[in-house]
Amino acid sequence: MIPIEKSLIQEQIDAWKNTPLYIHLELTMGAYAAHFDSSKHPAANFIRNAVIQYSHGSIEGDGPYRVGLKLEHGWVYTEGLTHAVEDEYGRIVLAGINSEGKLVVALQLSTQPF
Amino acid sequence: MSEKIVVVLPHPDDEAFGISGTLAKMIAEGAHVTYACLTLGEMGRGLGKPPIANRLTLPHIRKQELIQSCQAIGIQDLRMLGFLDKTIEFEPKEIVDAAIRSIIHEVKPTLVFTFFPGYSVHPDHDATGASVIRVLSELPEDQRPAAWCVGFAHNMVEDNGEPDIEIDISDFLVQKRNSIAAHATQFQVSEMFGNEDIHSDEVKQRFGKERFWSYKFV
Repeated sequence: MIPIEKSLIQEQIDAWKNTPLYIHLELTMGAYAAHFDSSKHPAANFIRNAVIQYSHGSIEGDGPYRVGLKLEHGWVYTEGLTHAVEDEYGRIVLAGINSEGKLVVALQLSTQPF
Repeated sequence: MSEKIVVVLPHPDDEAFGISGTLAKMIAEGAHVTYACLTLGEMGRGLGKPPIANRLTLPHIRKQELIQSCQAIGIQDLRMLGFLDKTIEFEPKEIVDAAIRSIIHEVKPTLVFTFFPGYSVHPDHDATGASVIRVLSELPEDQRPAAWCVGFAHNMVEDNGEPDIEIDISDFLVQKRNSIAAHATQFQVSEMFGNEDIHSDEVKQRFGKERFWSYKFV
């Protein structure tokens, strides 16, 4: 993974406007969050290969970055993104990596299922 | 001539801490206030302590809190613009600008309150302030109202100096306290004012002034 280059991600987002896409969206504190610190409330979620289509989207912030995608009836929102994958299939693969090097949040978009 | 004021903020409760006393004071002096609130804060995490809301009811409850806060302040005209909390920065700029522009053109305010763009911490605050400044910048200079901004980023004073407007609201602390208290899902008033008498010197000292930066249009 490489640090996010904002303008390249924006170009990718613009290129897939109004296109049906498979989304992988994930947030995780880690399975051991409460084991290491009992004050933590462990939580995680993912949604994998749901199909979405957005009319407008953008990447905002100075890093960590935020991405918002405007859907016909709602929104996709992600905060805390730091890294991207240079993907040979041209997919959008973004992640937020914390100070320990662990994945906290992921947003991925593709024309094919993950 | 009395002031015609437009307030543009993204979340119910954004008016409560920094602006409510000034608005109550100006209304007492004859001002008419239109408050455009962009969202219902429906993605907020605060549900009251103990919880009095959930993800389904939060928008409805915060809408009622907003109405109650406006009544406490005396705001005559509340507009809820229907954007979704947290999404202002991602909306096409022309959509947000158009919503704000139509209110500015209709009301023709003499004074506008909003967040100082780039120095207001929450992305919705910054995006709202930026939109207001874009819309006001379109107006000819002689028709452009003053914009008094709230900014609370750590580098606000370092980059922009001390606030140039200071309003003594010590006679309007009841309205301010009631505005804050209206947002029961968001604030526990007792934690803020303690059990202090609202008219005590300590409360007056801590809450008795509201400060703003007047935006310098170039």
